[in-house]
Amino acid sequence: MHEVGIMESALDAVLRQVRSSGAQRVHRIVIRVGALSGVEPEALRFAFEAIAPQTLAAEAVLEINAVPGRAHCVTCAEDFETDTGFIYACPRCGQLSGDLRQGRELELSRIEMS
Amino acid sequence: MNPTTEPPVSETFRVTALSGPTVSQSRTLSGPLAAEVTAALDASPGGEVAIKSLDVRIPLLEKNDILAERNRGYFLGRGLVALNLVSSPGAGKTTLLERTLDEFGGSTRCAVLVGDLETENDGRRLRRPHVPVAQITTGTTCHLDASMIARGVESLDLEGVKLLFIENVGNLVCPASFDLGEQLRVVLLSTTEGEDKPLKYPPIFKSAQVVLLTKIDVADALGFDRAAAVNNIRRIAPQAKLIQLSARTGEGFGEWLALLASLVRKPH
Repeated sequence: MHEVGIMESALDAVLRQVRSSGAQRVHRIVIRVGALSGVEPEALRFAFEAIAPQTLAAEAVLEINAVPGRAHCVTCAEDFETDTGFIYACPRCGQLSGDLRQGRELELSRIEMS
Repeated sequence: MNPTTEPPVSETFRVTALSGPTVSQSRTLSGPLAAEVTAALDASPGGEVAIKSLDVRIPLLEKNDILAERNRGYFLGRGLVALNLVSSPGAGKTTLLERTLDEFGGSTRCAVLVGDLETENDGRRLRRPHVPVAQITTGTTCHLDASMIARGVESLDLEGVKLLFIENVGNLVCPASFDLGEQLRVVLLSTTEGEDKPLKYPPIFKSAQVVLLTKIDVADALGFDRAAAVNNIRRIAPQAKLIQLSARTGEGFGEWLALLASLVRKPH
């Protein structure tokens, strides 16, 4: 839903780094997207293709690394992997958890440039 | 750019010289960067290029999130707690606030920002001599956003205010995506709605710190299955504090007021 705005922030951050390092071109941009970040990787890619051509990142490859969701079970004192839904039940004891430990990530993680 | 003469850059840089005179353009490169290196070599007149790989961890916040963080800092600095009240239209946000301002607003200074597409009716309903109130009319926008809050609070006298209630536009979908900089998100579900609303609109309930099941005084007359509703809320929002109340009869209202009192007492 908000992927264009997020891609704009990503490219802003990339171009700031490019300018401060004196590079001319961006080759690769790596973004980490959590399964529960609310961001669709495909929509992010679509936004990238729409926005990047007007920038120094025009020829860059966009790499999206998916981060799976993990929630914490208080009863078992262990984390478990969640699906992309909204109800997180511990696979061991069935206890419901609202304590999400991983999966909301949405960050620019690497820039390759020259 | 020659990697050997390049001035040292910030330590977060990992500079990898992948070419130089020893790498000829005719050589077939392999690896994850092969295509990029080949293209860079082709584009570089001396056949020399260095690709910098910069590992960063920059959160990708949208403009709204940045403004929301600014609001949060502002509220924190003023020592006030902001609550974002979200629900479908007609779930009882304004009635809840009316009673809250009457019973709690006398002893603790409160302020209200209320959002609607049109009219200032809710703002008028909430006006009290001791409570600064501002109405935000959003026109066609289906939610409040952080910039509206920043502008809205400018028109309020926040002197001595401990609690800022933000009554969002009646909508269970869009407000979920817009952080206003609040400390607590309070989602209301009324007994005039279906028991399965939390299952149908999970993101907003998922994001709640507090869920209020409202209008419990008419639950029986409506044939509303409270146990089923509570179970659905628990499944979607196990993190949220659940309070069942009626702002009309006052049933359960003490628990809500106690929660507000604990927020005000909490040091910031």
